[in-house]
Amino acid sequence: MGYQWNGQEIAADEEGYLTDLSQWNPELALLIAEDEKVNMTDDHWEVVNFLREYYDEYQIAPAIRVLTKALKKKLGEEKSTNKYLYDLFPYGPAKQACKIAGLPKPTGCV
Amino acid sequence: MSTLHTVNKSPFDRGSLESALAHALPGDAVLLIEDAVVGARSAAARIAEVLKAAMPACSLYVLGPDLSARGIPTTDVIDGMTVVDYAGFVDLVTGHDKTQAWL
Amino acid sequence: MSDTKRFLYVNRKAPHGTIYALESLEVVLIGAAFEQDVSLAFLDDGVFQLIKKQATTGIGVKNFAPVYRALGDYDVKKIFVERESLEERGLSEDDLMEITHENDDEEDVSSVEIVDRARMAEIMAAQDVILSF
Repeated sequence: MGYQWNGQEIAADEEGYLTDLSQWNPELALLIAEDEKVNMTDDHWEVVNFLREYYDEYQIAPAIRVLTKALKKKLGEEKSTNKYLYDLFPYGPAKQACKIAGLPKPTGCV
Repeated sequence: MSTLHTVNKSPFDRGSLESALAHALPGDAVLLIEDAVVGARSAAARIAEVLKAAMPACSLYVLGPDLSARGIPTTDVIDGMTVVDYAGFVDLVTGHDKTQAWL
Repeated sequence: MSDTKRFLYVNRKAPHGTIYALESLEVVLIGAAFEQDVSLAFLDDGVFQLIKKQATTGIGVKNFAPVYRALGDYDVKKIFVERESLEERGLSEDDLMEITHENDDEEDVSSVEIVDRARMAEIMAAQDVILSF
């Protein structure tokens, strides 16, 4: 599958993760989010942007428990609980947020 | 706690055998399988010396079917090394606490 | 906690030429979810996996070197590098990337320990399971 954005076909794998993460941009993220039935708010963007920064630094999409730990350090306790993240991304924060962030499926996801 | 070290690459091609011997502790066993069996010939002086040096502390084995497959008669094998069949391989695995592969 | 076993991942190959280094790293990250007592060993050509400033653009493969720096986040805190293997290759600790984890006092401390060959042999002997790459 892929995404139609700005008259272009953006390639993605069968689960909807972008094939080439350099093609990502915030507008495309909104399109992916729409596909995922996620209505992007500032809180959503905070997580998505965090994931992009993490990937930029470590070349890896973190597993959920790594994500919560790292978020806690950066955004504090209340914005790093599983409940908070599942409220934002009901179908799995690591998976959905990574997809919207244009990253591969998280490593260490079992 | 004793370890069975398996080596499956020729010692003429890479350093796995020598690295395995350098990390084996007294009481450990070292088993040569697959291409590593070419290192068990007594005529290959340098490697034979390396193996003999390890012998008082570690027991050394070589897998017979891999020797046969490569046309190496058991009479060519370094004195003190034991030739085992697959059943003997299994006994070595079960007779040690763990197995460590040197690839 | 009685189910916890000591796992050692032994890395002996240089990165990029074969798949061993990347495969090892992926198994480590996936295995980290099982909350075992995990250590990593780098010896022989495996020490090249931890070299700083790897740049793979020219060979068209993903540079996974930065991933080692995320190991602390995955609770992998013990990384042993063999001194003799470094020396034989004309390398020293200064050539290795910095890999840290957070200790109990929330301070970032180095996860890398340089050990000699005899100590490496003892570390290997003390494990329950060894995974070789």
